[in-house]
Amino acid sequence: MGAGHAHALYVHEHSVVHRLAPESKLVAAVLFIVGVAITPREALWAFGLYAAVLGVVLAVARVPLRFFLVRLLAILPFIAFAFLIPFIASGERVEVLWFDVSREGVWGAWNILAKGTLGATTSIILAATTEVPKLVQGLGVLRVPAVLVSIAAFMIRYLELIAEELGRMRMAMASRGYDPRWLGETKPIAAAAGAMFVRSYERGERVHSAMLARGYTGVMPVLGRSPAEWGDWLVAMTIPLVGLAIAVTALVVT
Amino acid sequence: MSHSVTVTDLHYTYPDGRQALRGVTFSVGEKERLAVLGPNGAGKTTLALHLNGLLRADQGTVRIGDLEVGDDELVGIRRRVGLVFQDPDDQLFMPTVEEDVAFGPANLGLENDALASQVDRALAVVEATHLRTRVPHHLSGGEKRRISLATVLAMEPGVLVFDEPASGLDPAGRRELINTLSGLPITQIVVTHDLPLALELCPRSVIMDQGRVVADGPTRELLGNRELLARHRLEMP
Repeated sequence: MGAGHAHALYVHEHSVVHRLAPESKLVAAVLFIVGVAITPREALWAFGLYAAVLGVVLAVARVPLRFFLVRLLAILPFIAFAFLIPFIASGERVEVLWFDVSREGVWGAWNILAKGTLGATTSIILAATTEVPKLVQGLGVLRVPAVLVSIAAFMIRYLELIAEELGRMRMAMASRGYDPRWLGETKPIAAAAGAMFVRSYERGERVHSAMLARGYTGVMPVLGRSPAEWGDWLVAMTIPLVGLAIAVTALVVT
Repeated sequence: MSHSVTVTDLHYTYPDGRQALRGVTFSVGEKERLAVLGPNGAGKTTLALHLNGLLRADQGTVRIGDLEVGDDELVGIRRRVGLVFQDPDDQLFMPTVEEDVAFGPANLGLENDALASQVDRALAVVEATHLRTRVPHHLSGGEKRRISLATVLAMEPGVLVFDEPASGLDPAGRRELINTLSGLPITQIVVTHDLPLALELCPRSVIMDQGRVVADGPTRELLGNRELLARHRLEMP
């Protein structure tokens, strides 16, 4: 556990993008993704422009390329699935790189690949430039129901703790010579998972007690930061506005 | 409004049948510091949870000043009695330190500037103003402990109940905590099996064992009685 205050997805920098109010970035990211999603897949030029826009934001936010690429690996499983589509889809066949594939399938795969990568890139930028607590606050400012915001906040707060506990448990098992190789040897893992569940449940009860002890009556108090300045909105919104302009143009010309 | 604590014949049995308290009686005067000592499983933490109504006694009473702990007075009791839990990860649950410190006073209805100045004050008492915007679970053990204390002090309690304040702290962290606590002009009940800490902090102690108070007197006297300590699985280092 480091002494730093950052999260694994966050890049500690002081760029314009970092300074924007979290709620403006949240809305901008969602709108940009909507723009990408409604763009017809045949408008190849539009996807090139989206990539260019995000490239500029990445550069301005000073997100290191390596960091970005490693994060992007998270979408690999979906991409792998997309590559299957041309082979299993039906319809007119075309030849691509010595393979006999479905034309419709190739477009389907491209659609997933392009939109998935652009969407993931947008969220990576959001996470890299906004600390998790601020994102949670942003959700609150945007009037997302308080219960949902609390659930998200608690999940983030305790997920790391539970992961650490799991890590300690695994080490304790390994240090007593446990090294599972066969399915029949996995019983201790199931037992550990059960123990984790009980521990988390008990911790939940203790946390609830701690909340009651400080006067909690069932409603989380509103600890609002003042909402974003209009300047923040203006800067943040340029990105999705450009994105939506591209999307609308693509819809019209295609 | 007085902040004395009077516990009379307290009994409590957990739902699984374990009898944790079997008739606990003691009292603490206004602004007195009392240590509750005892081996593991003596019922110390169970007692602490009764002091602000988180557990409800099967029999017996807890009074804070003239208020009896019960369903009618819970809000008033929790305003008067601050409870710091043994594990800071149970105590600190908000996304940032300042939100965590603000949680209690906000529940009491404080807003805006009044809330902010209350948070400032509490963080200043534990010398943690610089940790304000940090994420609680990324703090060191000593820092977490200080912030836990701040979250409770922000509610301006008249009685502070601290469960194992120094467990898991390094010597410097322990020293800082002792200094902070000894400077607080409020009634304090320190639940611990750290005897040197009790000796330094609390002029008077009670020893609990198997759900009962087995000794009550000046800390120096109790801790000087080797035979008494040994009988209750305690030992001065």
